[in-house]
Amino acid sequence: MDGILKFLTCGSVDDGKSTLIGRLLYETGNVFDDHLETLKLESARIGNADGKIDYSLLLDGLMAEREQGITIDVAYRYFSTTARKFIVADTPGHVQYTRNMATGASNCDAAIILVDARLGVLAQTRRHALICSLMGIKHILFAVNKMDLVNWDRFRFESIRVDCLKISEDLANLNLKPDDFTCVPVSALNGDNLATMSNITPWYNGRTILNWLETIKSVSDNSEKDFRLPIQYVIKPGMSAERWLSESLESIKPEEQKNFRGYSGRVASGTVSTNDNIIILPSGQKSSVKSIYIGDTTAEKAIAGDSISITLKDEIDVSRGDCIAHEDSRPELSDQFKARIVWMDQTPLYPGRMYRFKSSFGYAMAEITHIANLIDMSGYQKLSAEKIDMNDIAEVEIKISKPTPYAPYKENRETGSFILIDRITNATSGCGMIEHSLRRAQNVHWQAIDITRESRARLMGQKPALIWLTGLSGAGKSTIANIVEKELFALNRHTMLLDGDNIRHGLNRDLGFTETDRIENIRRIAEVAKLMSDAGLIVLTSFISPFRAEREFARSIMPDGEFIEVFIDTPIEVCEERDTKGLYKKARNGKIPNFTGINSPYESPESPEITLETTKGSPEELAGLIITYLKDKGII
Amino acid sequence: MTFQSNKFQETTMKYQYLKSLEADSIHIIREAVAEADNPVMLYSIGKDSGVMLHLALKAFYPMKPPFPLLHVDTTWKFSDMIKFRDETAKKFGLELLTYTNPEGAGNKITPFTHGSARFTDIMKTEGLKQILDKNKYDIVFGGARRDEEKSRAKERVFSFRDSNHRWDPKNQRPEIWNLYNVQKKPGESIRVFPLSNWTELDVWRYIEIENIPVVPLYFAKERPVVERGGQLLMVDDDRFPLEPGEKPMMKIVRFRTLGCYPLTAATESPASTIEEIVAEMESSRMSERSGRLIDFDQSGSMEKKKQEGYF
Repeated sequence: MDGILKFLTCGSVDDGKSTLIGRLLYETGNVFDDHLETLKLESARIGNADGKIDYSLLLDGLMAEREQGITIDVAYRYFSTTARKFIVADTPGHVQYTRNMATGASNCDAAIILVDARLGVLAQTRRHALICSLMGIKHILFAVNKMDLVNWDRFRFESIRVDCLKISEDLANLNLKPDDFTCVPVSALNGDNLATMSNITPWYNGRTILNWLETIKSVSDNSEKDFRLPIQYVIKPGMSAERWLSESLESIKPEEQKNFRGYSGRVASGTVSTNDNIIILPSGQKSSVKSIYIGDTTAEKAIAGDSISITLKDEIDVSRGDCIAHEDSRPELSDQFKARIVWMDQTPLYPGRMYRFKSSFGYAMAEITHIANLIDMSGYQKLSAEKIDMNDIAEVEIKISKPTPYAPYKENRETGSFILIDRITNATSGCGMIEHSLRRAQNVHWQAIDITRESRARLMGQKPALIWLTGLSGAGKSTIANIVEKELFALNRHTMLLDGDNIRHGLNRDLGFTETDRIENIRRIAEVAKLMSDAGLIVLTSFISPFRAEREFARSIMPDGEFIEVFIDTPIEVCEERDTKGLYKKARNGKIPNFTGINSPYESPESPEITLETTKGSPEELAGLIITYLKDKGII
Repeated sequence: MTFQSNKFQETTMKYQYLKSLEADSIHIIREAVAEADNPVMLYSIGKDSGVMLHLALKAFYPMKPPFPLLHVDTTWKFSDMIKFRDETAKKFGLELLTYTNPEGAGNKITPFTHGSARFTDIMKTEGLKQILDKNKYDIVFGGARRDEEKSRAKERVFSFRDSNHRWDPKNQRPEIWNLYNVQKKPGESIRVFPLSNWTELDVWRYIEIENIPVVPLYFAKERPVVERGGQLLMVDDDRFPLEPGEKPMMKIVRFRTLGCYPLTAATESPASTIEEIVAEMESSRMSERSGRLIDFDQSGSMEKKKQEGYF
């Protein structure tokens, strides 16, 4: 057998994707008798095939899908013929389930895109063709389905074929031209041109869908490329190995077991052999390969796709997320990329907001610094945009918090891809494909700075911290922050207070109050506060800072324990009654757009270090609680 | 005693694709463990659990897999299964936890008195949730495969569960490439299915080439059975209530899938070696779960059970 071919079916709603797969399974003898019996009963009861067998019911497995007769999520089916084994992802056609379609496409090598012969190429057809191509699928077949409903009109087929060819040309303009591109007239319901050539299309002298699937020239092979091993896990048996399963460890001498370090992962590309000279990135340390394990067996070499662990001749520090490569063909590192992304979250992406970034090389923090353009789905035109909504495809510039090994996605899926995770909801918000680096990271190492933040703090005789006050306008943040700073000053501590007065009028005077600007406002404040804490200062910030995501960003860039979130908890009614600056009145009169608490949300902290209820104590008492906290934690 | 095999190399030409399935699964297991706070592997004693355990032993070799095995015991498993379970844990020196929902103690809840649906709900689903909550596991490995059943075919490899263990099939996290999102909040958990892309036949071929031990019930042997509702049920012990006129008869049978003995039908088959099982599989016209009674309670029953927290 020639490996496994993974392919998907996609296309617009009701084009017959599930029916096509169901019928293909049936034609190739891959439906069990008891399933066929169930299918016949269900077809009569809930089928949508006019009393005939409704093959789509073999696929749509969720209750909601069967009730509504639609596909919501991707279904995987497995079948084989004498020629090959297949995994097929049957993906949904509705626009709102595009993310599930992308899920299906991401691991496939071939795509069947269905087109309803009556309707021709639709916007959704083009969207799916674009996503398939973005995901790197080079073999695309357009199945012009329901030909029986247009009386097998040859000219209808030809005109659709021309539209499909146009898609291929348009993809070429985006540098995404498929290698293999074909059109087949079919009736999925009746099985014409699926597994066997139909008598009804004497004018068609191409191939059947099954023949195309069986003869696609194999599956992506990365073994000829440069060697890359992303480290997933470090195997350290320690002393337990001696007591555990001693007989199976005969290849490893007892004294070696104690110090055994197996660096495990799946080879992303290339080939590795024992004694090869290697380099660990990003640390830049060098060694050579002592042994290679594929599972529990030693091997002289391993190739792309193998899950291995290797041991090295030198004792060096390697951890999860590192990359092992050959010393003479090391990957580039970068922390800024041009990338194409597919956005999959209800909450739009705004430039400046921070996300968790995951690639084969572990986690980092990421920020979209610039949206170059959106790619419009029907014409593949590039449009400008301020934000990226769900199901949009965009070209962006992205910056991440540490230099990472990479290769462009089109060279290697595994080292050119990433996902973006929302740091509050943990949703998989988007996926991205690296086009190229925007700047090469200058050195393998961060520039080592001789004067460290610790030494600066030591000189000041204190521990740095960032005390982040958050709460509604008029909650009492500034009053409390001022008292805390005075008390710290009295205790001979070096401090700095950042608030609207010294930030909004200077550093951030170019920013307004739209959501995008408020995100950027807080991002800059967090970065400035971080720098000041690096200088050794105890920094207080006093801003509404309404969004959790930005506060979490500030927390993430500070060392553990040095970020102290203080929630100034004052009910909005109380703030509005105080209305020290008269802002609530103006906002209520519609004179201030985007006013937090009135027409813009405030997201309360979920687990702040300190919560101060201003209705239950004087500002002096509440400030005293912050001082007590700092003393308890050994900061002062 | 060893779990390595030279037969793999010999047969790789024939079963080349199994090597890539194996590599995929090991990648999944390592990824889950690397990001887990407190992982556990659900061990249900069947052939799939056996393969999953075998893959875990390979994934961390020469280290002992860094998690315990967990068996949620309904007290109605075949006695051969319990014996095999204890032998396996002992052989590999693995920590084995067993848990039974205390509600079922003293045979108060049985598949005969409460019906299969209610029984499964209390003894399997509720029992599982109780022990997962008690020990606060955040990553739970299961041996389910997508080709078993239609709602399983829809499930992610890393399948997110809320703090009530509920699966939300209409709102699953996208799972792009092999970049699994393992982020979760306290109380939430992720079920991980390393065998998602394996078929029943793949599992048997792999057992064949890797020499993985399986419960003897998979092999044909003369066993006492009664025929009920067109299905052959094995009388595994004296708790089996015989209906008037029913008398156990001896037949050459084997099991294609193993669960609670009153809920698992035997098939008449002469296959008594792995090779014969593989050959039978390759020509079989019936699906695997046709012998699982709990799947027939109602349409979409597996999906409902899964939403409640069943594996």
